Amino acid sequence: MVEHPARETQKDKRDFLKLILVGSSFAWLASIIYPVISYLKPPKQSEVVVKSVKAGKISDFANDSGTIIKFGSKPVLLIRNANGEFKAFSATCTHLDCTVQYRNDFGLIWCACHNGKYDLNGRNVSGPPPRPLEAFVVTLQGDDILIHKS
Amino acid sequence: MNKFSSRVYQWMDERFHLSDAIDFMKKKYVPVHRHSVWYYFGGVSLFLFIIQVVTGILLLMYYKSGEDQAFESIHFIMSKVQFGWLIRSIHSWAANLFILAAMIHMFSVYFERAYRKPRELTWFTGMLMFFVGLTFGFSGYLLPWNELAYFATKVGTDIAGVIPIIGEPMLYFLRGGEDVTGATLSRFFGLHVAVLPAVFTVLLGVHLLFVQIQGMSTPLHMQHLEEHEIKKMPFFPNFVLRDLLLWLIVLNILAILAVYFPWELGRKADPFMPAPAGIKPEWYFLFMFQTLKYIPGHVLFIDGELFGILMFGLGGLLWTMVPIWDRKSAEGKRNKTVTYFGLLIVIFIITLTIVGWLV
Repeated sequence: MVEHPARETQKDKRDFLKLILVGSSFAWLASIIYPVISYLKPPKQSEVVVKSVKAGKISDFANDSGTIIKFGSKPVLLIRNANGEFKAFSATCTHLDCTVQYRNDFGLIWCACHNGKYDLNGRNVSGPPPRPLEAFVVTLQGDDILIHKS
Repeated sequence: MNKFSSRVYQWMDERFHLSDAIDFMKKKYVPVHRHSVWYYFGGVSLFLFIIQVVTGILLLMYYKSGEDQAFESIHFIMSKVQFGWLIRSIHSWAANLFILAAMIHMFSVYFERAYRKPRELTWFTGMLMFFVGLTFGFSGYLLPWNELAYFATKVGTDIAGVIPIIGEPMLYFLRGGEDVTGATLSRFFGLHVAVLPAVFTVLLGVHLLFVQIQGMSTPLHMQHLEEHEIKKMPFFPNFVLRDLLLWLIVLNILAILAVYFPWELGRKADPFMPAPAGIKPEWYFLFMFQTLKYIPGHVLFIDGELFGILMFGLGGLLWTMVPIWDRKSAEGKRNKTVTYFGLLIVIFIITLTIVGWLV
């Protein structure tokens, strides 16, 4: 069978128009979706980078206790153990982002959300946490307690 | 008055052919058998959704989104606005009953194999609505900005963040930043009162349209019966009136729960307080929450939390896709795998929910 040349050209034209139509539809969709997705992406806000904070005076913290300290926008757990020594760790559980606490009855750091436990060196010892807590450096300046990023 | 109403009917009928719709409903029948009771739970879910829309709109009149205002505005609704406590309590209780009714509806459709051909799309729209319903619950839970909601949202969004590659951008997208803050609250509020209702309404419309076109599914064991051997009742008015009676009963149960067990507000969220002891999510997320407690930090070569989420994702996908993999039911044959898989999931959910509740 011989193809009619005029019909062939018409088919080519139609295919070309289809391509233009589909292509421009996608371009049109993209021109709508792209700004919407970009709009929904929260802009990066420049936060003041906190390197150290003053947690308070030594006398503010009883032996065998833990306190959450604001470290910029993050919580840090400051622990004073039974011997009066200070240690600080990120208070954000490495499992699913809950805020941990010091439990003097366990002698451990505990996360109430999924029963994760860390020892007083921040090591994950029981439950679901996959990693140790990030440690912070505690220094004493006279009577003041300073917490630094390690 | 009678004359007046018949004139109104005539006036409408001339323009919109109401008699066609009534004829359609008159010809519609609902099969009657020992499992007919399950047919009512879709209607109950619909009724509870309507209650959510009405009470939700009422709450919107006073609710203020924002870290400094959300908790205070709910407190204001509950303590100062007349019947505010009741509206809020009904909204919270109806949300829970809605999930319960939708679950019963879903499980009954599953075990009756009502999803089989030709009702696959009714099942899929139903499953989508169920997931939207859970998202409704999750997003609404944060709006009072209390301690429980704050940590539930932290955990819930962090779970999304665990997913490889898309996890982190998704976490930022959901939270409106790195942490759960007022930005998260604004997003969840927009999602809860605008996006989800719109999506849900469209899905509901399609779902109901399918049910109207195809009618109720008959159980597999009745499939071999001749048309005249199946006991039926007219959809209108018999079934509709029974439906309405049940709605009335549900409304009464809801009123009793809302009045005698008013929903608590708890303590305001404080990002610098540890998660309180005994923290738990809503009951319908409890089985997942409890499972996550048991999964160790690492399973084989992946993080335990990722492993848990992958398992839940796989289970949910298999469940949703049942009309695709269950070919036997579509051919009218019994498929025991479906029953065993369904029972396994039901027993797993019930056991872990009870353990989560008691521990």
